[in-house]
Amino acid sequence: MSTVHTDIVTPAGKVYEGDVHMVCVRSKSGELGILPHHLPIVAPLDIALVRLKHEDEKIVDYVAVHGGFIQVGRTSITILSEAAEKKADIDVERAKKAKAEAEEQLSTLHETSEGYAEAMLKLKRSELRLNTAAIADAVPEA
Amino acid sequence: MPSMRDIKEKIASTKQMRKITKAMQMVAAAKLNRAQATAQDYSAYADKLREVVASIASTLPKGGNSKHPMLASRPVKKTAYLVITENRGLAGAYDSTVLKYTQNLIREKHESKDEYLILVTGKVGLNFFEKRGYPVALSKTDVPDTIAFDDVLDFAKQAISLYDTKKIDELHLIYNHFVNAISQTLVDNQLLPLTDLESKPKEKVRYVYEPDEDEVLESLLPLYAEGQIYGALLDAKAAEQAARMTAMRSASDNASDIIDHLSLSYNRARQAAITQEITEIVGGAAALE
Repeated sequence: MSTVHTDIVTPAGKVYEGDVHMVCVRSKSGELGILPHHLPIVAPLDIALVRLKHEDEKIVDYVAVHGGFIQVGRTSITILSEAAEKKADIDVERAKKAKAEAEEQLSTLHETSEGYAEAMLKLKRSELRLNTAAIADAVPEA
Repeated sequence: MPSMRDIKEKIASTKQMRKITKAMQMVAAAKLNRAQATAQDYSAYADKLREVVASIASTLPKGGNSKHPMLASRPVKKTAYLVITENRGLAGAYDSTVLKYTQNLIREKHESKDEYLILVTGKVGLNFFEKRGYPVALSKTDVPDTIAFDDVLDFAKQAISLYDTKKIDELHLIYNHFVNAISQTLVDNQLLPLTDLESKPKEKVRYVYEPDEDEVLESLLPLYAEGQIYGALLDAKAAEQAARMTAMRSASDNASDIIDHLSLSYNRARQAAITQEITEIVGGAAALE
């Protein structure tokens, strides 16, 4: 099985770097699973989980990516985003707090009022963080 | 002529001052290191982003007929200047270069206040423009020393939305660019509309855009513009720390010079006093004989 070099880059530096066998992302137009030697493509991403499958299928890395886009080149894949966190780096407490705040804001706002979209985004981001952090680790090999 | 005690006090106070400026110099040096590291992290992101934007831009028809408003120049009725200054001062000519340049630029290019807007970061700049009655549309004075992307995202979004809502037709960035630890140069960049994307990508790759080019540009260009503003702030912060370091170093050097000078006059005064005492004793002894 072949692999492709993948980077996840944010303004705060590289979040992820490694050779993986498959990258699963959710773009604005739907789920994409990208294998090595994929046709060059650029697609904007949703606020969603990115799964990076290693050559050994049991090892999967999870990264919460908050928007941005994916760029697939001939020899490498780059995901550019304003913010991204590896599963291990997520601050669950903070995400919970942010979620509660966002829900509170949403309950007082109407769909058409100002700030609704922002609160919705905040909720989406905090939910993504919590969901990512909640993924159970693959059972380690004996 | 000042008395010996006066001189001694002056030496002591100058020494105190030198201690402070030396400490500030060292603090600025440490912060400069950190600012440079952040700028380095960011440049990886900026390079990639630029590469993608440039490769999309190169597939667009020449002549600026692109549909996206951020790429299309429109008749300029109102120009906005984003001026980056800092909060504390004590950084030599760091702020005054930027502010003077902006003042002259506006005087040359614009006749009335309806033709331009000022967006400013930093207290020094804000005070300067408000005092002189410039139209300040947006300001941010709480930029921390280590800037995270989240800190400036709101500000960048607001600046770009001014352009989106057609309140302004051009956005310029004016700031000090960090060249190295001892020199900074003034930069005046046009950020919006995006015009300087023609840089050739290293290898030409034909990308497929999913779902289509317009959609990709729609999410890519705001990201790019926000990134540019963040990058400029990082750059300016590094320049600020470097400028402060240099300013504090020369302040320390000057303090040392003053101390040398004062020590010399102190010793002279001391010798004069001793000579006078001896003369008095000798004179007194001579009078007794």
